[in-house]
Amino acid sequence: MKRLAALVVAAAMLSSASVAAQEVLTIGVRSEASSLDPHWTQLSADLQVQEHIFEKLVNLDSASQPIPGLAVSWEAIDDTTWEFKLREGVTWHDGEPFTADDVIFSFDRLRGGIEGAPASPAFTLDKGGKTWEKVDDLTVRVRTDGPYPTVAEDLAMVPIVAEHVARGVTASVDFNSGDAAIGTGPFLYNEFRSGDRISVVKNPGWWGGEVQWDEVVFRPVTQDASRLAALLNGDVDMIDYPPTADLPSLRDNPDFTVSSIPSDRLIYVMPAYRDVEDYVLDNDGNVMQPNPLRDWRVRKALSLAINREAIRDRIMGGASLPTRNVVPPGFFGYDESLEADPYDPEAAQALLAEAGYGDGFQLTLHGPNDRYINDARIVEAIAQMWTRIGVKTAVDTMPRNIFFSDLIRGHEDSFPGHDVPKFSMSLTGWGTVAGEATYTVSGILETYNAATGGGNGNFGRYSNPRIDARSILAKRTIDRDERLRLLQEAINIGMEDYALIPLHFQVNHWAMRRGLEHAARTNERTLAIEVRRVD
Amino acid sequence: MVGFIARRLVQSLFVLFVMTLIVFFGVNVIGNPVYIFASSECNQACVNGIIADLGLDRPVWEQYFVFVGNALSGDLGNSFTFGVPAMSLIWERLPATLELAFAALVIALGLGLPLGILAGLRPDAISSRLIMGVSTLGFSVPVFWIGLILIMVFSVQLGWLPSIGRGDTVSILGLEASFLTLDGLSHLLMPAFTLSLFMLAMVIRLTRAGMREVLHADYVKFARANGISETRILSVHVMKNILIPIVTVLGMEFGGVIAFAVVTESIFSWPGVGKMLIDAIAVLDRPLIVAYLVFVVFMFVIINLLVDILYSVLDPRVRLGGGAR
Repeated sequence: MKRLAALVVAAAMLSSASVAAQEVLTIGVRSEASSLDPHWTQLSADLQVQEHIFEKLVNLDSASQPIPGLAVSWEAIDDTTWEFKLREGVTWHDGEPFTADDVIFSFDRLRGGIEGAPASPAFTLDKGGKTWEKVDDLTVRVRTDGPYPTVAEDLAMVPIVAEHVARGVTASVDFNSGDAAIGTGPFLYNEFRSGDRISVVKNPGWWGGEVQWDEVVFRPVTQDASRLAALLNGDVDMIDYPPTADLPSLRDNPDFTVSSIPSDRLIYVMPAYRDVEDYVLDNDGNVMQPNPLRDWRVRKALSLAINREAIRDRIMGGASLPTRNVVPPGFFGYDESLEADPYDPEAAQALLAEAGYGDGFQLTLHGPNDRYINDARIVEAIAQMWTRIGVKTAVDTMPRNIFFSDLIRGHEDSFPGHDVPKFSMSLTGWGTVAGEATYTVSGILETYNAATGGGNGNFGRYSNPRIDARSILAKRTIDRDERLRLLQEAINIGMEDYALIPLHFQVNHWAMRRGLEHAARTNERTLAIEVRRVD
Repeated sequence: MVGFIARRLVQSLFVLFVMTLIVFFGVNVIGNPVYIFASSECNQACVNGIIADLGLDRPVWEQYFVFVGNALSGDLGNSFTFGVPAMSLIWERLPATLELAFAALVIALGLGLPLGILAGLRPDAISSRLIMGVSTLGFSVPVFWIGLILIMVFSVQLGWLPSIGRGDTVSILGLEASFLTLDGLSHLLMPAFTLSLFMLAMVIRLTRAGMREVLHADYVKFARANGISETRILSVHVMKNILIPIVTVLGMEFGGVIAFAVVTESIFSWPGVGKMLIDAIAVLDRPLIVAYLVFVVFMFVIINLLVDILYSVLDPRVRLGGGAR
């Protein structure tokens, strides 16, 4: 494989000597990809690099809506069976033809049981009780154990690897070395140097057409300031996550271009609903019973007390989209009638008084400090805003590796297999990776149920039977219009009840040198085929 | 000397053992790596699957015994994130850090000794005061700030030097080295200088202090009276005597520089082990953290041993493993 890649490079160099200079795109990325095995992790830093080499049956367009990838079409032939027609004439980077056997092998590899497979359960393959079979070389059927509408969206998460190279290799290791990093995608593996660079080169035979870049290099630059400096001095052509404080000056600088799009990541504050919450105290410092956060008027007051525009302008450098939705515009389930709450501290105080908490109470707001854009500063700002209406809010932020395990199961009542969340109020985020709201509603609004996976992001343990009924039904409704109605109803019920307090969608930015044009995507990934030279 | 080294090695093994205990149980108390690897849509079954996959479903002491057993056969476990043996990652990235550290050491000694001597010879001259003032800055200004200012000036404003990464490398004896290419040198210069600043300041101060003390010693006066040239007095007699504290301190510093060049490596995106450690901590890649710290302890032990041996070379009065104990 390395030899093949080298050959391609050599060929490209030969032609470049006579025709034009090598087109190399160097991208400075915030997080380093750790593995080129597309079934190894679900970290987006890994996935975005792997996507250059490996493809999926179903692709996501820049608004995360499913479009044909390695499958040209799919349909539900009955309530529980989906048929995928595969693309003809696709070849692997080593010239072997791509067939249904590769698809079946990839699915099996994810489920485990194949030697050397990562058995990575983090993919959505097992949801809906999926089983799969080959019909002929270009047809695959997926069966579910009940009506299950989002098979295509799920398969948009599952990269396909080549059976003839990936069978029997060591997970991750043999992919990083390039031996098994053979896909069908627009780029070929070239080099993987941990901590320094990952390079891919043009696949001249890609089914998707001509690829503009001869080589794409990903260089990890963790520090925000260094990444920006690398762009400014021309070490890299493009960076992801430019520091928000520098966005205005980058926009004003004629030598650089900034691209942006609201991401699928909702940032919200999650109240907790247990009868007694350890971090909700009265003004004398005693634990309150009942927990005032169970009163919707209190939650609404807290939402009205947040000045989302100020957070956007002062903290986010304009890079946020205040919202009251759970999925961003353009996604299946978005409801444009839901507008972000206005900033209204008087109304908030009145609501608190009406609920019987006119004198306020004390609260601790927890949050990560290295996970979301400006997370710790947002937490601090919200705490001040709440304190202003009489809810004296303390701040506790921590690194994500501690925050999330505490958020999910940090309470002392937890034991293996039984998770009890710790925080009473926390800032967190939810990314709707599949471009549609079914699993967002299920994940953050449905009642927590370890067995069904319902409410698996619902760490406040909110529970509302009216939402549950609609969410559970939506998960089994194939008809799109009906499902949309159910989802929007559930979202509206949740938002009217202030099940959670949405803040904004992060607006992601990329900065690049003048002469490049980038079609930004909602799912935060940086794909070289979406960057074009325009000079 | 052989006895001394043997005794030292036995002590080191004990240190290593205690260290693995502390580190292993220490990292197992913090957070839970599972939630880093699970996507937001991961349900309980999927989380349990990941836990089993990472071997975290077994009790900690059992995990520890597995770890020690494997470690004895030279296997320090596989990184959670990279999925490859932790030691291979460390070996892959160590040359970059070593190169950076050695370059910093060369700068610290190459600049520090002459400047220190200068300041020691003429303590009241303006140049000497200037040198001492600058050395104070080296101690007190934070490394990340210096690094960022260097980047601002030399790569963004002037455009002379690249700001990130390691340049072209050539392979010598199987190790990738970048200081032999022009591109590599230009990448190496700023991070090495940044990393050297602390050591540089220390060398200047130690040299100056040593000079001030030794120049008044009887044997220097005696040498002068004997008509030995000033150059020879400085480069042989004085130098030998002031080097002892410098070697001691640099020896200790150097280990720290290799092990924890974290800040410099992060700022300049230098693909070394320090940056790897920080990334590993951020995602709770336990095997990699443990393997790295064990490796660092091992390295410190070796460095200390080397420093002791170097003493005996520099100062014949020092006898390793003297019989009195």
